[in-house]
Amino acid sequence: MGSAVLMFALILAAAPPRRIVVAPGGPVPTVTAALRLARPGDTVVVTAGIYREPRLEVRVPVTLLGAGDAVLDGGGAHEVLTIRADDVTVRGLTIRNVGTSFTDDRAGIRIDGARGCVIADNRLLDTFFGIYAERADDCVVSGNVIEGRARRQTTSGNAIHLFYSTGFTVTGNRVSGHRDGIYLEFSHRVSIRDNESHGNVRYGLHFMFSDSCEYRRNVFSSNASGVAVMYSRSVTMVGNRFEDNWGPAAYGLLLKEIKDSRIEGNLLARNTVGLFAESADRLVVERNQFLRNGWAVRIMANATDNSFRWNRFEGNTFDVATNSQGSSPSTFAENYWDGYAGYDLDRDGFGDTPFRPVRLFSVIVEQNEPTLILLRSFFLDLLEAAERVMPVLTPEALVDSRPLMHWRVS
Amino acid sequence: MTSPALVPAPAPLALPRMVVASAGLTKRFGRLEVLRGVDFAVRAGRVTAILGPNGAGKSTLIKILLGLVRPDGGSIAMHGTDVGEDPAYRARIGYMPQQARFPENLTGREVVRLLRDLRDDAVPEDDDLFEGFGLARELDKPVRALSGGTRQKLNAAVAFMFRPSLLILDEPTAGLDPIASGVLKARILRARAEGVSVLLSSHVLSELEELVDDVIFLVEGQVEFQGSLRRLKETTGETRLERAIARLMQRGTR
Amino acid sequence: MTAVKVLRYELRDLRRSRWLLGYVLLLLALTDALLRFGGGGPRAVLSLMNVVLVFVPLVSVVFGTMYLYGARDFIELLLAQPVGRGSLFAGLYGGLAAPLAIGFLLGVGLPFLWSGQGDGSLAGALAMLLATGVLLTLVFTALAFLVSLLFEDRAKGLGAAILVWLAATVLYDAVIVLVATAFTDYPLELPMLGLIVLNPVDLGRVLLLLQFDTAALMGYTGAVFERFFGTLVGLAVATGALALWCAGPLGLARARFRGKDF
Repeated sequence: MGSAVLMFALILAAAPPRRIVVAPGGPVPTVTAALRLARPGDTVVVTAGIYREPRLEVRVPVTLLGAGDAVLDGGGAHEVLTIRADDVTVRGLTIRNVGTSFTDDRAGIRIDGARGCVIADNRLLDTFFGIYAERADDCVVSGNVIEGRARRQTTSGNAIHLFYSTGFTVTGNRVSGHRDGIYLEFSHRVSIRDNESHGNVRYGLHFMFSDSCEYRRNVFSSNASGVAVMYSRSVTMVGNRFEDNWGPAAYGLLLKEIKDSRIEGNLLARNTVGLFAESADRLVVERNQFLRNGWAVRIMANATDNSFRWNRFEGNTFDVATNSQGSSPSTFAENYWDGYAGYDLDRDGFGDTPFRPVRLFSVIVEQNEPTLILLRSFFLDLLEAAERVMPVLTPEALVDSRPLMHWRVS
Repeated sequence: MTSPALVPAPAPLALPRMVVASAGLTKRFGRLEVLRGVDFAVRAGRVTAILGPNGAGKSTLIKILLGLVRPDGGSIAMHGTDVGEDPAYRARIGYMPQQARFPENLTGREVVRLLRDLRDDAVPEDDDLFEGFGLARELDKPVRALSGGTRQKLNAAVAFMFRPSLLILDEPTAGLDPIASGVLKARILRARAEGVSVLLSSHVLSELEELVDDVIFLVEGQVEFQGSLRRLKETTGETRLERAIARLMQRGTR
Repeated sequence: MTAVKVLRYELRDLRRSRWLLGYVLLLLALTDALLRFGGGGPRAVLSLMNVVLVFVPLVSVVFGTMYLYGARDFIELLLAQPVGRGSLFAGLYGGLAAPLAIGFLLGVGLPFLWSGQGDGSLAGALAMLLATGVLLTLVFTALAFLVSLLFEDRAKGLGAAILVWLAATVLYDAVIVLVATAFTDYPLELPMLGLIVLNPVDLGRVLLLLQFDTAALMGYTGAVFERFFGTLVGLAVATGALALWCAGPLGLARARFRGKDF
C-alpha cells in the first residue's frame, strides 16, 4: 500500500511540468478548476478577466501567474487565496475585495504553514489583511503593491503580516492604507528592504517579539507612527527614512523593550517625536539625521547604555528630552547640534565647550505636559538663558562634551 | 435760545446782557473742595478778570466753562444755553490756554488748518494778530523749531482767529515780550470795542488795570467780590487795582 | 468726521516723528538681516515671532504713553474746540495706532517683499505674523491710552506702561509656570487655556504657533490641546479674545476720556 502510493507519486513527479491556461469561456474557465487539475511543478496562467470564485486553496507546489489584467475578486465576503504547500509562487495577479471581518483575519493571500514561497509583483486592493503568513518560513514577498482604505485601527488589517514566520525577505513592496504597513510577531531573521510604507493608521512597520531582523533603505512616511520595535533584540535599522509622522502621539521610531540593536544612517524628519526609547538598552545610534522634529530624541530614564554618536540634530524644537534627573544612563558624544553656540579654538572640528541638549523647557514639560502651551514664550527664553549660564534643573550628566562644529556626511 | 453770536456786536450803549452765567457751581477733586457754590456772570462786550490767590479755583472755573471739567453741582450757561454734552457752543469761544503745546512735528500753518477743519462753519478768518506778531514767516516751520515766545504768539493768534463772541484768555501776557504784550492788549481792547466779551485771568495785576471792566474775585472756591472795577475801588476805598485786591484778600482772611 | 480730521493731522505729526522713524528703520534692518543671514524665510519668521511678541508691545505701550503725555496740553486745546469727546477720542486713538501699525507693517513686510521670500508656503505664516503684530499694536496702544488717562503723573504713567509690558511678556508666563508646578496632579489643560486667553501676548503667541507645524506638538499633551490647536477652534478663540483685548481697554479708556476732568 505504502509503496503503491510512493510509485504513484514518482510517476506524477516524473511527468513534465504543464501550463494550464485559465481564460473566461475557455476549456479551463476558473482558477478553481485549474488548481484541481494542477500537479506539482505546473504553472497556472491566469489570463485577463475578473474571477469571482470561492476561496482558492493551493495544496501543491505550483506557480500561479497573472497574464494581463487578471483579477481575483473576493466579492467582499471571503479570503481569496490560501497557500498550504511549499514552494508556491504567486506572481502578477490583482487580488481585491476581501471585505472586513471582526471575527477572522481574512487576507488577500495567506501562506499557511508553508516554506519557500514567492509572492511577487501582485496588486492587492482592499484585502483587509494583504499578505498573511502564519508559521511559514523562508519565503520572499517582493514588489507587491498593497493598498487599503483603513480609517480606524480596529477595523483594519495589516498589509504584510508575519506570524511565527522566520527567514522571510520582504523587499520593494509599496504598502498603504492599512493598520500596520508591515507587521512581525514572533518572526525572526526577517530582512525588510527598499519598501515604502505610508498612510497607515498605526505603524509603518511594527515588530513584536521578533529578533535578529534587519530593515534597510525603507521609507516610512505619514503613518500614525513610523516604526515601532517592541520586545525584540538584535534588530538592525539602517538607511531608512522616517518622515512626516505628525500628530498627537506620533513617533518616527518608537522603541520599547529592545536590546542590542543598531540604528545607523537613518533620516528622521518632521516627526512629532523622532526617536522614542523606553527600556531600550545597548543601542548604537550613529550617523542619523534628526531634522525639524518636535522632539528629536525622547529617552526615558529606564533606557540604559545607549550610545548616540555622529548624529545630526537640526531644526528640532527639542533636541533631547528625558525624564531622567541626575545621571544619564546613555551617552551622547560627537554629535552635531545646530543649537550649539560654542567655539573651536584648537580647530579640531569639535567644540571646546560641552553642549547640553536637554533644554530647561523640555524638563518643565516633561514634569508637566500642559506647560507646552508656553512654547516660544519670551519668559522661557530668558529662563533658558539663565539656565545655560547656571544649570540647576537640566540633568547635569546628559551632555555632549565633544560636539561637532559641522555635520559631515561620512 | 437763539443768540446773535456772529453778527457784529451791538452798540456799547445797549443794556448789559450776560454772556455767561453760573449758579451754585461746586467741584471737588478728591478731598479738595475747589468750588463751593460759585455764582458768577460775564457781561457782554466787557472785559472780565477772574482774580484770586493760587488754588482759589480760577482755572477750574475756566475749565468748567470750556467743558474740560464737569461740575459736581450747579449750572453754567452760555448765551442762555446750558454748557452740557453738546459741544456746539464752543464754536463761539476763542480760548488761549496758559501754555501752548502744539504737536511738535506740525507746522504752525498745519495747526491753524487743523483747528479750522474742526469747525464746520466758514467764518472768514481774522488774521490780525498773525500780522501784528509778524508770524507769517514762522508759520511754515515745525512747531518744535519755534521759540517759546513765538509759540505763545501763535497761541494768542489762534484764539482770535475764528471771530469768537467770547474770548477766554488764561494768563495771556505770560511769556510774551513787552512789544507783543502791547500788541495783544491793543487787540483785546479792539475786540471789546467790536462787542466781544473777554474773560481773562492774570497774575500781573498792573497789566489788568487798563483792560478790565469787571472783576470776579475768588477766595477758596467762593466769590468774594463781583462787580465793575469802579465799584471794587469804591468799596475798598483804593484807587489802584493792586491795592484793592490786597484789601479784599485781607478781608477774606479775617 | 471730527475723528477723521484729528486722525489725519496726528498721522501727519507722527509721520515726521523721529521715534517712529527709528522704530521702522530698526524693524527694517532686523527683518532684512534675518532674511539675509538668518537662514532664510521660515527661520526668519520664527525669529520675528519674538519681535512681534516682545518688541511691538513694548514700543506700542511706551511710545504711546509718552506721546499722550506730551500731547496733553494740545488735547486740552482740542477739547476747547467745538468737538465731541467721543469722536476726538476716536481720532486720537486712530491717529496713534495707525502710524504704529503701518510702521510695523512696513518695517517687517517690506524686506519680505524685496527679498521675494514672502510668498508660497511662507505666505500664511507671514500674514499671521503681520496680523498678530497689528493686533498687538492695537491692544497695547489702547493700554497706553488707559495708562495715560489713569495716571496724572507722567513718571508714574511711564512706570505703569513698562509694568504692563513686563507683566504681559514675562511675569504672566512665570505665574503660569508656577501655577502649573503647584497643581501638577490636576488636569491642567483647560485651566491653562483659560489663563492663556487672559493675556494678549500669549494669545498672539498662540496665533503664531498655530501657523507653524509646531502646533501639532500641542496635541501630544492631550485631547483638549489637540482639539484647540488641531481645529479652527484655536484660531477663532484666539482671534476673538485678542479682539476683546483690544475692545476692552479701548472701551474703558474711552469712558475714562469722556468723563475725565482735564
